[in-house]
Amino acid sequence: MLPIGHYLFLGLALFIIGAIGVVTRRNVIVILMSIELILNAVNINLVAFSRLYGDVAGQVFALFIIADAAAEAAVGLGIIIAFFRNRETVLEDEMDLLKW
Amino acid sequence: MLDQVIFYFFAAIAVVSAVLTVTRRNAVHSAIFLITALLATAGIFLQLRAEFLFIVQIILYVGGIMVLFVFVIMLVNLDVAVRQMQFARQKWVALLISLALAAQVGLMLWSSRNMPGQGVPVLSAVPADKLPPNSEEVAKSLFSSYLLPFEIASVLLLVAMIGAVVMAKKRT
Amino acid sequence: MQAVTQATMEFMKEYRTPLICGFVIVAVLPLIVGYVVLVERKIMADMQARLGPMRVGPHGLLQPIADAVKLLIKEDIIPDDADKLVFWLAPVLSVGAALLAIAGLAIGPAFQIAQGINIGILFVVGVSAMGIFGIVLGGWASNSHYSLIGALRSSAQLVSYETAAGMALVCGLLFAGTLNITSIVQAQYDQGIWFGLLAPVAFFVYLVASIAETNRAPFDLPEAESELVAGYMTEFSGFRWSLYFLAEYTNMIVVASVATTLFLGGWLRPFPRTHWLTWKSTGMDFFDFLPALLMVVVGAYCLARTPKQPVRVQQLFMLAVAGMCFAAAAVLAAPVIVPFVKPSLAAAVKPLYEGIHGGFWFICKVGLYIYFFMWVRFTLPRYRFDQLMRLGWHFLIPLSIINVLLIGIAMIIGSYYHLNGWWLLLATIPASIIALIIALFILALEQKGQPQKAAGAAPDSYA
Repeated sequence: MLPIGHYLFLGLALFIIGAIGVVTRRNVIVILMSIELILNAVNINLVAFSRLYGDVAGQVFALFIIADAAAEAAVGLGIIIAFFRNRETVLEDEMDLLKW
Repeated sequence: MLDQVIFYFFAAIAVVSAVLTVTRRNAVHSAIFLITALLATAGIFLQLRAEFLFIVQIILYVGGIMVLFVFVIMLVNLDVAVRQMQFARQKWVALLISLALAAQVGLMLWSSRNMPGQGVPVLSAVPADKLPPNSEEVAKSLFSSYLLPFEIASVLLLVAMIGAVVMAKKRT
Repeated sequence: MQAVTQATMEFMKEYRTPLICGFVIVAVLPLIVGYVVLVERKIMADMQARLGPMRVGPHGLLQPIADAVKLLIKEDIIPDDADKLVFWLAPVLSVGAALLAIAGLAIGPAFQIAQGINIGILFVVGVSAMGIFGIVLGGWASNSHYSLIGALRSSAQLVSYETAAGMALVCGLLFAGTLNITSIVQAQYDQGIWFGLLAPVAFFVYLVASIAETNRAPFDLPEAESELVAGYMTEFSGFRWSLYFLAEYTNMIVVASVATTLFLGGWLRPFPRTHWLTWKSTGMDFFDFLPALLMVVVGAYCLARTPKQPVRVQQLFMLAVAGMCFAAAAVLAAPVIVPFVKPSLAAAVKPLYEGIHGGFWFICKVGLYIYFFMWVRFTLPRYRFDQLMRLGWHFLIPLSIINVLLIGIAMIIGSYYHLNGWWLLLATIPASIIALIIALFILALEQKGQPQKAAGAAPDSYA
């Protein structure tokens, strides 16, 4: 099998790509998708460590993260639909009503 | 050997499609590549012998959350948005974040090499049929040690569901 | 590079049989689907007092091949404004998911491509659920309003009915206590009763939800001809269209197989453990002769009909069918009769018996399930979209959730009184009935609370 570092680097790569997406993209839907990527990176790490120590707790927490991602996607997309209905845009820098 | 090839295969797919996810102009293409990345991650879970998580990833993430994403992308018609500028001017922040993260992990790996005894630990190569049945193990752990978090997660999902319905509902 | 080739060799050596089986299935399945379509057209014709396809071959038997050739040599049209890549990808995704799901199914104790997978039935359900992307993306990529609305409708429909179907499956899994397909069927053998009888409401919910999930009438809103041309398939033609078609019928086979495995006892015969009929010397009983008897009856019927055929070719054809039936009867009867004649061979014949009879019963049940699909299709009119959504969210989902709860309670009560097998019915049947009553009550309450929409009010076509 592989050293744990391989999985950590894969997780790191996905995390960084996701973070860059969150910071640079303007489209809120794509930002939400980048957040999914970040959550996935965390899942890879958790499962890799769970395998390393032979303990399923890591997988259980990965399950919780997936449930959390589902909740986050539902609420986030609900907000996006509500926002789009009012302002006709999904670009995040045009969501500036509360900016002064 | 097979394990390594499978890992590199799925890892390459995951990274490439993750890059494409954040760089594509069209949100639907982004979603397709995100689906690919999620499926590749599921493949890596399988390579780590976490079968239950593999199928949960496919059913929940790919079959549930991503369908929701695609649905919303099609509902908010983005024909105009595609032609607008897609990237905000925060490139330096992004670079900073990624460098900081990379430095952190690099430091961790470097310091683990100097630690007495081990270095980077290697996953044990137990054949799949020697491991305990994965879904049973996860279920036991989930419904004994982690019962309270499980219930909290269900409450979280309920709250999210109600919130989503309230927000997406048309005001009449 | 060497590592890759070495790994490939290793992979080939270890998984040679599944790989070959996979290739065979991918090669043969289009043919099977073609003939399922022919059978469907024949049944439709029969129900509408027509003859159906009769031109190509005797009784239209070569029609599927003619159709396939026609579809393959059609011009491949891609609309100008379509998203080329996604347009290309979508049908492949659809059919790929459907074919991948077949890998997890078990036709007999020994016939399973991916053998002994721990997550068994979840794999089949999850992978076949991925086919939805083929539909949604195909509808989006066509850049046509009909396609897009069809795709959105179908995705909404699939997502909402998947919940009900999943809950219904949970009911069956409660009895089985495992996800592995072979173990599920084994559990039904140990109980001596099919889980469909133990949880009739769950079976009913799965039946309805599976019709909705395969987008078939009366729930074929995504491709309602009178409203949406052909829904998400509007812009697809020729080979791509046939891929969608293949995916739809493969999905039918998959859901029928899942229902058969979980609710109808898989490859077990009816009454899998009957002791009162068994001849002690061989362990065989009356039901083991049933398949052979059935084939003999069908063959005799064909033989009796032969003189009435008008054309010589058709007479010969009927004779051939009768001969095939008798041959099948001989094959089915042989492993049952051998132990009576030569008790020493009983052990050697046993796996043969399991394979042949298991396959026979499994295919029979899947066929009956698909026949039910067709029957419903030609009997019931199409639902309106908001009716479909109301049926899903207001009736099937509450019903399935309440049913899971009550079946769980019934199982606790059953284990308290040490009920099992047929005696478990005493606990689960009242539970199912109570679940049905509660769900109907909720439905009635909701409809009373909600004022009926004005007749002319436009139904919300998305939600």
